[in-house]
Amino acid sequence: MGHMSAPSPVELDEPVTDDVTMAATPWVTIVWNDPVNLMSYVTYVFRTYFGYDKKKAEKLMMEVHTEGRSTVSAGSREEMERDVQAMHGYGLWATLEKQSS
Amino acid sequence: MSGFSYQRRGKQIAATFTGFEADLLRSLAAQLIELLHDEAAMPQQAVDPLEALLDFSGPTTEPEDPVLARLFPTAYQHDEEAAGEFRRFTEGSLREGKTAGASTIVDALEEAGLPPELQEDGLMIDVELSRPEAEVWLRSFTDLRLALATRLGIEEGDEDHWDQLDDEDPTGQVYGIYQWLGYLQETLVESLIKAG
Repeated sequence: MGHMSAPSPVELDEPVTDDVTMAATPWVTIVWNDPVNLMSYVTYVFRTYFGYDKKKAEKLMMEVHTEGRSTVSAGSREEMERDVQAMHGYGLWATLEKQSS
Repeated sequence: MSGFSYQRRGKQIAATFTGFEADLLRSLAAQLIELLHDEAAMPQQAVDPLEALLDFSGPTTEPEDPVLARLFPTAYQHDEEAAGEFRRFTEGSLREGKTAGASTIVDALEEAGLPPELQEDGLMIDVELSRPEAEVWLRSFTDLRLALATRLGIEEGDEDHWDQLDDEDPTGQVYGIYQWLGYLQETLVESLIKAG
């Protein structure tokens, strides 16, 4: 894994290097849709664990429901591993990956 | 059938179960505990004995049982090595947490008067939970529903299939239990929101 450095401005029309992407928020936690978990429960978990307000928690839950997945948090790899572990504790299907785009 | 409700006066989340319902809940929780112990979270066989001694933690590969595979999903989809490392350091404590959660349900039901062997008719079990206890039940209900859904092979949007099953069909009966747990969980979420 690369080192952390301060975010640097990215000029348009220039290929964004991996380093620049990683300097911002390099890792994300993704929650995937499953046919079991209740919409109310998923919203409740997002509010309780991440401390998101009702509106944001519901938006993320609807994303999971309609699009099959939602990026629910971003940060360092260690932080995302902690979030994924917590989601598994709640019975949500979560993975982490390097942020794309 | 009644679900959970928030009791404003005592600041407790309460539910009343029939003896049959409480016994069923205990049996499901006990089965989950057994399953979590059954396929032990053991590290893979290391070739070097010293390495084996130093490898104090959990497994690195996905559990074979589909229920356990769903309860402990692979965290890295495209990186087997990182997924194995994550599993090694997390699956053990996740298993302990889920076991403890299911045990909490068993203990609470028995403390509320559920005898080891259910015999008498008309027994009612009143459960009163503090907020933290209700959170534990909430998470454990998820584990139980995931377990039943995996065994049944429930998929997105297949409600019609299950609703059409004959009353005598055993899988239909299990689906009924699955739905009942969903109802309990829904009322538990509502109660927790009211408890604030």
